[in-house]
Parts: sequence; C-alpha cells; structure tokens
Amino acid sequence: MLDTVFFYFFALLTLGGAVLTITRRNAIHSAVSLILSLIGVAGLFLLQHAEFLFAVQIVLYVGGIMVLFLFVIMLVNLDDAARVAQFNKQWWLALACVVAVGGELVYFVSRPEDTLRLGNAAAAAPDKIGNVERIADVLFSQYLLPFEVASVLLLAAVVGGVLMAKRRV
Amino acid sequence: MNFLDSIGLIPLFPLFGALVMLLVGRKLDPQTADAHHHAPKSKFLISLLCPGTVLLSFLFSAGAVWQLVDLPARGHLPAHTHQIIQFTWLAGLPFHTAAATLARFTADFGFLLDPLSSVMILVVTGIGFLIHVYSIGYMAHDGGYYRFFGYLNLFVFFMLMLVLANNYVLMFVGWEGVGLCSYLLIGFYFHKKSAADAGKKAFIVNRIGDSGFILGMLLMFSVLGTTRFLDVNKALAAMSPETHFGVLTAMAVLLFVGATGKSAQLPLYVWLPDAMEGPTPVSALIHAATMVTAGVYMVARSNQLFRLAPDACLIVGTVGALTAFFAATIAMTQNDIKRVLAYSTVSQLGYMFVALGAGAYWVGIFHLYTHAFFKALLFLGSGSVIHALSGEQDMRKMGGLRKKIPVTYATMLIGTLAISGIPGLAGFFSKDEILWQAYSHPHAWFRVVYALGLMTAGMTAFYMWRLMALTFYGESRVDPKVAAHIHESPKVMTVPLMVLAAGSVLAGWIGVPKLWSMFPEGFRTLETWLAGVLGNAHTIGEMQHEPNTGLEWAMMLLSVAVAGAGIALAWNLYQKRTPAVEPLQALGPVYTGSLNKWYVDEAYDVLFVNGLSKGGGTVLSRFDQKVVDGGVNGAGWLTRFTSTVSMWWDTWIVDGAVRLTAFSVKMSSYPVRIFQTGSVQAYALAFVLGVAVILGYYLVH
Amino acid sequence: MHPITTLHYLILSVALLAIGTIGVLTRRNIVIILMSIELILNAVNINLVAFSQHFNNVNGQVFAIFVITVAVAEAAVGLGILISLFRNKETVQADEIEILKW
Repeated sequence: MLDTVFFYFFALLTLGGAVLTITRRNAIHSAVSLILSLIGVAGLFLLQHAEFLFAVQIVLYVGGIMVLFLFVIMLVNLDDAARVAQFNKQWWLALACVVAVGGELVYFVSRPEDTLRLGNAAAAAPDKIGNVERIADVLFSQYLLPFEVASVLLLAAVVGGVLMAKRRV
Repeated sequence: MNFLDSIGLIPLFPLFGALVMLLVGRKLDPQTADAHHHAPKSKFLISLLCPGTVLLSFLFSAGAVWQLVDLPARGHLPAHTHQIIQFTWLAGLPFHTAAATLARFTADFGFLLDPLSSVMILVVTGIGFLIHVYSIGYMAHDGGYYRFFGYLNLFVFFMLMLVLANNYVLMFVGWEGVGLCSYLLIGFYFHKKSAADAGKKAFIVNRIGDSGFILGMLLMFSVLGTTRFLDVNKALAAMSPETHFGVLTAMAVLLFVGATGKSAQLPLYVWLPDAMEGPTPVSALIHAATMVTAGVYMVARSNQLFRLAPDACLIVGTVGALTAFFAATIAMTQNDIKRVLAYSTVSQLGYMFVALGAGAYWVGIFHLYTHAFFKALLFLGSGSVIHALSGEQDMRKMGGLRKKIPVTYATMLIGTLAISGIPGLAGFFSKDEILWQAYSHPHAWFRVVYALGLMTAGMTAFYMWRLMALTFYGESRVDPKVAAHIHESPKVMTVPLMVLAAGSVLAGWIGVPKLWSMFPEGFRTLETWLAGVLGNAHTIGEMQHEPNTGLEWAMMLLSVAVAGAGIALAWNLYQKRTPAVEPLQALGPVYTGSLNKWYVDEAYDVLFVNGLSKGGGTVLSRFDQKVVDGGVNGAGWLTRFTSTVSMWWDTWIVDGAVRLTAFSVKMSSYPVRIFQTGSVQAYALAFVLGVAVILGYYLVH
Repeated sequence: MHPITTLHYLILSVALLAIGTIGVLTRRNIVIILMSIELILNAVNINLVAFSQHFNNVNGQVFAIFVITVAVAEAAVGLGILISLFRNKETVQADEIEILKW
C-alpha cells in the first residue's frame, strides 16, 4: 500500500514537473520544474530497487546537467525571449500527433495478449548481492567496451563543448 | 604450196600495206615527207607496195581456188569446202538456246573457202587490183596519196575478212570495217564540207542497217546456238518452215535489214549518191564492185535460212524490184555523170536482190560478178573523163569527147552496152536470167516484180545511152579553158579500163542460160560451181518448173527489145541532134521530182534529222527541264521540307520532352519546397507524424 | 488499492515521453527544447528500469546508466552550440533560425 502511495506521489511529481517545464515562460522556472521532475524520476528508480541509478540520477542529472542548464540560461540573456510568443505555429498539429502516438503506444502496451507479452514477473529472488554489485558485475565484464567508449564520448563532449563555447576558435 | 591452208594470208597482205601506210606512209610520200630526211623522188614506193599487196592477195586467191576445185568432201565438210579455224576469238558462257540445247556464244577467227567465197575473193582482189593500178594515175596530183592507198588497202583487208569469214560474227567485223573505210574514203577530201557530210551520212545510214544485222545475228544465235555458217546450215536442216515459221522469218528479215543498209536498198539507199563526193576510184571499188555487194553476199550466204522463210524472200524480191525501179527513175534526169552511175548502181543492186528473193541465189551472185566488171569500168571511165576535163562532172558541160579520148570512149561504150543487156555481153546473161527467174517463179506476185524489172531494164538502157550521148557525142559544150587541156588518160589508167572492158565482154560466158543448148555445159559452170552452196534455182520444194522453152525465148527477145527501145529513144532525143534544153523537161512535174530525187533526202531531213535532233532536242530539253531538273529540284525541296519537319520535331518534341522533364521537376518542386522550412521543429514534427503513421499501420493490422 | 504493476510504469513513461515530445515540437525557446529532450531521455530510463525490474535482469539498469552518460554529453554539447548560436544570431527562438531552407 505504501508502494502505491509513493508511486503515485513520485509519478505526480514527475509528470507535474514535466508539464510545468514545457509551459513556463520564464526559463529559470522551467529549469526548476525540470529539477523537480528529475527528482521524481529518481524516486521512481528507488521504488524499482535501482538504488545506484537513483544516486546517479540525482548526482549527474540534477547536480550536473541542470546546474549546467542554469548557468547557460543566465549566460544567455533570455529576458527578450520571455516576452515573445512561447509556442510556435504548429502547436496544434504537434499536439495531435503526439496524442496520437501516445494513444497508440498506450494501446499497444496495455494489450499483453496481442503485442507486449509481459509474461510473468520473474521470481524476484532477493539475492544477498546488492544492486551496485550486480551492476558492477555486468558493467565491467560484459559491457566493458561500451563503458570505455562512453568515456571517449565524454571526452569528445568535453572538447566539443569547450570549442563550441569559445569566443574565438 | 598449199594455198588452201594459207587463205588466212589473203586478207593479211593488204592489211600489211595499210599498216605500213599508217606508220611510215607520211615519210614515203614526197608531198608530205620532211624535206631534210631523204625524201623519195616520187611516189614509186607507195605505188609499188599497195597495189602489190592486192596483187599478191589475188595470186593467192587464184591459187587457193585452183586447189579448191579438186578438193573432195572430207569428214563433215562437203566437197569444195575448206575451213580453217585459227583460234577462238570470243568465248562466252554457256546458256540455253530456244531449242533448249546448251550453247556457248563463241566466235572463231576462222576462214571458210567454198565456191561462194571463192567467187567473191577473186572479184574483190582482181577488180581491187585493177582499181589500185588505176588510182596510181588518178590520184597522182592529189594530196594525201599515201593516205588514200592506206585506206584502200585497209578496205580490201576488211572486205576479204567479210567474204572469207566462217561465221557471222567475224563477217560482221568485216562488215563494220568496210563501213568505216567507206566513211574514211568518202570523206577523203575532208576539207570540203559536202564530202565530210557525205561520209557521216554513209556511216550513220549504214549503222541503222547494222542494228538489224546484229539483232538477226543474235536471234540466230539464241535459236540455233551457233553462228558458224556450216553449223547454222546443219541446224537449219532440222527445221521446217511450218513449225519455226515466225522465228525464221524474223531472222531473215532482220538480216535483210542489214543488207538494205549496206547494199543501198529502199529506204536506206540515200547515202550512195552522196558517196560520190569521194574520189572516183573509191566509187568504183567500194560503191560499185565490192562493198555494196556485201549485202548480196550475206543474203546468199544465208540462203538456207531464206529458203525456210518464203515470206522473207517475198520481201527481199519486192524491195529489190522497187529499189531498182525507183533508182532508175531518178537516174534518168541526173546531170552529174557520177550521180547517174550511182543511181544505176542502186538499181542494179535491186536486181541482185530480186534474184535472191526469187530463190535464184546463184543468179544474184552471177549478176554481182558481172556488174562488178561493167560498173567498175563505167566508174573508172567516168573518172577518166573527169580527169580529162580537169574535174568537170556536169554532163551539160561535156559533149563531143568521142574523138578526143578514144580509149575511154570505147571502153565506156562496151560498159554501157553491157549494162543495157545487149546480148553477148556480160550484163545480158545475168540480167536476162534474173528476169526469167522472176517471171517463172511459182508465186504470182513475182510477175509484178518481173514487170518492174523489165521497165527498169528499159530505163537503164535509156539513161546509160543518154549518158554516152551527152558525154561523147554531139557538139562540144565544154568550157573553152578546160577544152584546151583535154587529154587521154595515161596508160596506168587506160590499161585497167581495157582489162575491165574485156571482162565485161567475156565474164558472162560462164553463165550461159540452159536455153542456149547449142553451147556445151562448160559454159554453165558458174551455176554448177555454186550449186553446192547455193542450191539450184527454184529448189524451194515446189515443183521444178517445166522448161517452157518457147516462153523463155520470147521473154529473152522481149527484154532485148526493151533495151533496144531504150537506147533508140535516147539516141533519138540526145544524139540525133544535141538538144538545147533537156527534153525530159517535157514531163513537167515528173521531171522535177525525178531531178530532185523525189525529195527523199528532204523528207528524211524533216522526219528524222530535224525531227529527231531538233524536235527530239526540244523534247529532250523540256524533259530535262521538267522531269530531270524537276526531280533534282524536287529532291532539294524534299530535303528542305524534311529538314523543316525535323527541325520542328527537334524543337517541339525532342526538346519539348527535355523541357517537359525539367518543367515537371520544377512543378513538383513547388509543393516539395514547402517542407523545406529550415525549421528543425518542423522536421521533428515530421518524424513524429511518421511514427504515428507507422504505429497506425500496426494498429490497423 | 491495486498493486503497481510494470504496466503502470510503462504508461507513466509513455506519458512523460509524450510531454517531452510536445515540448520539443511546440516550444520556441531552444533552452526549453533541450530540457524537453532531457524529459524524453528520462522517460526512456523509466521504461528501461521498469523492465529490468520485471525481468529481474540488471542489463536494463546498465543501459540506463549509458543513457544518462550520453544525455550528459549531449546536453553539454547542445548548450555549447546554443551559446555559439546566440552569439551569431542574437536569438534563441528556434523558428527564427531557418537559414537552411529553399
């Protein structure tokens, strides 16, 4: 029962934050709303027994990316942007399409006998191994290469970001 | 020596003479030789060489004929026939004849000596030799001496080829060759336009006849498969007049057309009177004795063919009679001495064809042979007269020459009597035989032919005596300047005259009629000699006419009487007292017509010469303009038109297709452009839209 | 109260995806667009983790780690581009940047 309450609470947080993100005029308000949403997502991770991801989400996403966003928002003067129209001309068509897509996806997902065989939940034998260990086990053995590539990717991103933002190359 | 095997040499001697004249003749002639090379003092070399070659030919001919007499029949050759084939001259591909046999068009270079050709070669070489000798004197003062003798020798060569050939093709070579020499010799005085024109006329009219000859020869070849005389006769023996009637008549008539051209019969006689532009010896040799007789020889040679085509014989006889009559009517009024003789020749040739048409082939040859003597004599005699009068030919300016040029007079008298048919002389026997054969021919039409022939005989006697009277008798009408120079011809001219006169008297005695039974058979050798080749008279398969001796004597006397009447009339009109004006003018328009040769030349001029050349020229030029040029212009127009069409096509269709492609791309780009907004969000929207569609697809299915 | 099944998480993730997509397609401000992209990535993460939980397989979570890594890189570079764009064009409105059009 507690699961249900926490789920709905975190779900509300996530979705509410998301809706606020896309509708605020002020970019700072948008960013803060996004932070809220991300925290909600982190909570959802925690409910799913993904503790490591919960921690990573908070540290990286909120602590890293959102801070970056806030820096950039303040770097870029968005006062003028806040005064003009916020939604573009195609908003109604976009809304329709997305609703359509969303509706279709929900439909697909909720028809397990035809499309998505969720099957039975696997026996969630709570091992003596913790979540972090499990992830580490797989990450550094099976997914070692992607791990290393990801690091190269981050390097590229760093270099790219620096280059992009310099005044004179 | 075997003369028979050397008959190939007989034509070659005069050819050798002609070649020498061609190559070095200029140098041998004192008039044309270069002064600084050693020029001959006289024309002696030429005078020796050219007549000498003809004399050699005559001797060889005589020797060959002498040996021929004793020649028995050998193999497939009948008696008195000797054939030599030197080599195959033309070799053709084999083809199928009308008789479905396989034949090959070959013509050999071969010689045939049989009784017929033996008579011919003796006549040609003998009389040819006499005329060569005469020419030494006649042409002594003329330019082109070497050229004359060269041409004359060339002529004798071709004539001998003609009569000695063993097949029609080689005979045709000689036929054409004598035509060529006739042209060269008629136009000998080429600086005179009339002479050059006469030469052209002779050649062209001859050519018309030759086309008939060629067609006949080729028809003969396609039907019979051969052109060799002996083989043709053999092939013809297998045919009968009933089954092969049309083709044989066609062949015979075509060959006769050739003879008409060469032997100056109606309607192709017009060249012979104009041929008198040539020197007189030329007229004597070519247009009296030899070339014009080639047609007669050819028809006689084809006698087997003509026997099988009685309609052709009818045509031959009729044409001959009409020609004889027609020419005689013109000869009666002519004032040029040579013209009279020319028309007389045409007339006498008509007689020969009457004989051939009546089936009496040996009689035609007989007349050919006697005619050669007295006509050559008459021509040479007239030449002697002209020579004495320094070139005067108009009889109105002659007269009273009897005492001044006695030898000429005497010989010409003999010739005139011979041609008129006075008994005992050569012309009587042959002409009388012709008239008798015509009259006694089984076909009734030949009576008409006989009547024409009889009237012609009378006219012949008349105009010949008129000639004699105007030339030799009466007051001299000679121009005084010319009269001062009248002299008898030199011996080199008079001796041939005398020889020919002797011939005119004696030549006829080998053809004495059977009626004169008092004479032994030896006097009829000509008929028997030629019978092997020509057959006897009237052997067409019809009944042998019963000899009606009474009728025959009567006819003979009638013809003599007619001749006598002609002479008497002429004597009366021209000799008793020299008339002031031409008595024949009393005939009025008949006289004028006759004097103007019945306007035949003018008619030909309008019809063919002007008609074809001018009218034809106009037609052709209009054809050229309208049709030919029209075609060319049309082609040009067509080209321009097609280029316009092509241009239109290229501009509108081809380029249009290209432009259409570009245009359609451009047109289709307008709606597509709208999607290129440059706005990323629009593109993202497109993504989402696509996702929606794809998911929708899975939704539906 | 009904138990929370995987399906709930899935529907939640779809909703978040939809919201994020709307944001990307609709907002003019580029910064907001970038933030909406982060929303989409998070939706994916929720999905991955939900399935990881459902199949008791840790691969989903590992994948989610990589997604977060990529999101970080992408956000950094994207914001760098934004700054560069702002310097050149003096605007952060997406539909004003339409040079690459016909």
